Amino acid sequence: MQKIKLFTLTKEHKGTSDFCCANQSVTMTESACCTSSVKENPQWVTGTIATSVDTIMKISTDLTRCDYWGMIKSRVSGFRMHYTVPPGLYAVGEPKKDSDIFVTANYKISFDVLRRELKDLNAWILVLDTKGINVWCAAGKGTFGTDELVNRITKTKLVTFVNHRRIILPQLAAVGVSAGEVKKKTSFLVYFGPVRAADIFDYICAGYKKTREMSTIRFSMFDRLVLTPMEINPIMKRFPWFAVAILIIFGLQPAGILFKQAWSGGLPFLLFGLVSIIAGALLTPVLLPIVPFRSFAVKGWIVGILSLIAVMPFLGVSLKNSILLLAAVWLFFPALSSYIALQFTGSSTFTGMSGVKKELKIGMPIYIGTAGLSLILLILFKVKEWGGI
Amino acid sequence: MKYLANVTTLQYVSDKCKGCEKCIEVCPHDVFFMRDKRAAIKDKDLCMECGACARNCDYGAITVKSGVGCASAIINGMITGGEPTCGCSETSSGSGCCG
Repeated sequence: MQKIKLFTLTKEHKGTSDFCCANQSVTMTESACCTSSVKENPQWVTGTIATSVDTIMKISTDLTRCDYWGMIKSRVSGFRMHYTVPPGLYAVGEPKKDSDIFVTANYKISFDVLRRELKDLNAWILVLDTKGINVWCAAGKGTFGTDELVNRITKTKLVTFVNHRRIILPQLAAVGVSAGEVKKKTSFLVYFGPVRAADIFDYICAGYKKTREMSTIRFSMFDRLVLTPMEINPIMKRFPWFAVAILIIFGLQPAGILFKQAWSGGLPFLLFGLVSIIAGALLTPVLLPIVPFRSFAVKGWIVGILSLIAVMPFLGVSLKNSILLLAAVWLFFPALSSYIALQFTGSSTFTGMSGVKKELKIGMPIYIGTAGLSLILLILFKVKEWGGI
Repeated sequence: MKYLANVTTLQYVSDKCKGCEKCIEVCPHDVFFMRDKRAAIKDKDLCMECGACARNCDYGAITVKSGVGCASAIINGMITGGEPTCGCSETSSGSGCCG
């Protein structure tokens, strides 16, 4: 269960051009952003509360440019893998014995999205050790689970800070946390709050009651769009291999590898490749509900073939004479878009394992067959080309 | 948005339901509703097999085979012969999942 979104980035990203943290190392366990040394308190700490049990850090509910910059970096790169806050208990405002306790993951963005919504409130935040993974994914993996919650409640001596026994978890944590078991083991009553942190204030005002809206996960066009960089990135890392293979195939001549042939023959294929990647990893996710059929593979194929039709008049000029090459293009590239679009099931908020397995069971033989057939067509083209010399 | 029809492994035995409404509280896709003091399934095809309902049903009325719903993870599982696992905690170049 590796879905994204506990949170949606609903507020404007400000000051993205002011890269206050651009050159810093990301190996620190705290917010790497804008802190000159690991020893120093991170910039989101505003003070401390000394208690008989422990010194609790007081944290800000305002996100800075650095926090937003961290969000953006996490959306586009591996920066997310090290973007964590130390697990434990934190204070927002001036929490008292009867203040609410909110639980979150130690992925910095999960923590940021929660604290941002607690403005003007007095509350406790219990951060679990989810190995830097967001709430929903961590719950799926089991790191945001019953055991870690029970363990963290005990470790932080949570009972000494409050005179009540209710803890509020993000609803999506229910994948990993059994409220019944937590009650049995710690006496704390788990309230599964809203899916989105942005609804917390209304949820509290309504007397800890959720509307159907608050408990349903959405997947808006913006939600889908912010996920696309991490769809495109991994594929682009493999693209050079595809490029090299294509250039070798086209450049290979009885006399050796000829650069001119490699370039003139291979270039359209490289551009078709890029178009297919955009179709599968960007257009299909963004247009998801508009593209017909429920299968992601079929959606990707449709967007792939439409994109191919759109660019063919410009890129297909040099292929006009070869039925073999044209056949390979029409076979291979829509299938590539389909395969790439299928990967988006990992980021979507409504696809289940059984469905993805079904798609792969039908799709994989087709993908492998199509790739094989396209390669054979290319080889036939080369044989014909050499025969004509 | 709905995913493929008739694939979910969600199973619900209403005889075991005690009407605690926990499933309704945790389901992110509004699959359940209350009818005659018991939960009932509104639309099975909305289920994404996250497993939150089954984990939080104290009476064992719900079962669902939950797991990684991500294509690259399932392909990994097919290749290694194990359960689908997502490589996102080990490497930054894995699939887009686990944001």
